[in-house]
Amino acid sequence: MTLTIATSIDDVLAAMANGARPIAGGTDLVVGARQGKVTMPTDLVAIDRVTELATVSKDGDSIRIGAGVTHAQLLTNDVVVNELTSVADAAALVGSPATRNVGTIGGNVMNGSPAMDTGAPLMVLGASAELQTSSGSREVTLADLWTGPSQTSANTDELCTALVIPQPAPSSGSAYIRLEYRRAMEIAVVGAAAALTLDGDSISSVRVALTAVAPTIIEVDGLDSLVGAPANDETFEAIAAAAREQARPISDLRASDRYRRHTIGVMARRAAHAASVRASGQIVPVPVNRAFGVGENPENIR
Amino acid sequence: MSTNEQAVTLEVNGIAYPVQVPMDSNLSGVLRNTVGLTGTKEGCDDCECGACMVLLDGQPVNSCSYLAVQAEGRAITTVEGLADGDELHALQRNILAAGGVQCGFCTPGMLMSARALLDRTPNPTDDEIRIGLSGNLCRCTGYAKIIAAVRETAVQL
Repeated sequence: MTLTIATSIDDVLAAMANGARPIAGGTDLVVGARQGKVTMPTDLVAIDRVTELATVSKDGDSIRIGAGVTHAQLLTNDVVVNELTSVADAAALVGSPATRNVGTIGGNVMNGSPAMDTGAPLMVLGASAELQTSSGSREVTLADLWTGPSQTSANTDELCTALVIPQPAPSSGSAYIRLEYRRAMEIAVVGAAAALTLDGDSISSVRVALTAVAPTIIEVDGLDSLVGAPANDETFEAIAAAAREQARPISDLRASDRYRRHTIGVMARRAAHAASVRASGQIVPVPVNRAFGVGENPENIR
Repeated sequence: MSTNEQAVTLEVNGIAYPVQVPMDSNLSGVLRNTVGLTGTKEGCDDCECGACMVLLDGQPVNSCSYLAVQAEGRAITTVEGLADGDELHALQRNILAAGGVQCGFCTPGMLMSARALLDRTPNPTDDEIRIGLSGNLCRCTGYAKIIAAVRETAVQL
């Protein structure tokens, strides 16, 4: 086994061309290997000191989040908090301060867990993963990237270098909310993200994606019929109904399939409501779960 | 030297330790068994309990789930690095005085998370203290006395 500490993307791609696998904070890989759930790759390339992977930048009409940006950085980045607020909601819920310090958005996305917190927000914001090899790069939509639990369509020599997100339109807002049984070191029982644009009091676009109710993060289909509808309780209930309908949950230690199917509707409704409040220009503090979440009064908005 | 071992220099509490470690060793194991600093505890070995918390370049990290070889070139701070000789750090004095130590197993990790919190947020609210310590489990004290100790330290420092 070898570990190379890289300081540039070129170093990483050269190592990966020779069969090395990337490691950032190791919060999925090392834990998984110690539990015997995954095999530790023979050759690793540490990417956590590649500073060019760890920036958030605006590039024309898109916002680019480097794959090496940690959850802690997402929480303190003004562009993410103000314009991609649901991603900040999600980052705030991940693990603990220690997990957020070393865990990265690229690691979260490429680990491919159906319960990942940053996945649904990225999907509703229309993010693509930028995948690079030593011979070129391509962008893959998240729907095409995630093929199953812990499975992606990326080749083994491809490094995720960034998540590329279209600049949200004016009067847009997004939110991610999850059902959790405790406030730290928790994994989503179910979760939902919504991104919504308002034209006056009515909805001009809406996307909703669901966490931990299918083999991958999934987007709710058929919401185009809500364009032009008012951003009110009736519309949010229609979103909840679509989420319940399209969820394909399993039963496990944390929840039964029936409970997940019911609560995914609650999360989708609250996420859409919070996103609409943000789209209207009001501030709902990050993370939504604390201001607007389970067991809290939804009127608690400032 | 086995091909699965690597010579690395780990900087722990300001001292450089040249060590030979298996590539897949976790940092907590190397700190305890090779460097010989047993203040850092291994609890769950699953990134959940926080007993293994150390600071890497000032940031709290679960050392059970961090590869030792990946820590080369980073400043590692363990609980042994808190006190100044025989003089306990204010956090250590206050957690003792408040009754925030019972079995003591979580204490090193709690202290390291608290230290990082106070370095970053010198006057934390109770909510910020709770979030700062949210990756550290204690099964004895019920947390209230630990939080009181951190609050008292913030006032003193």
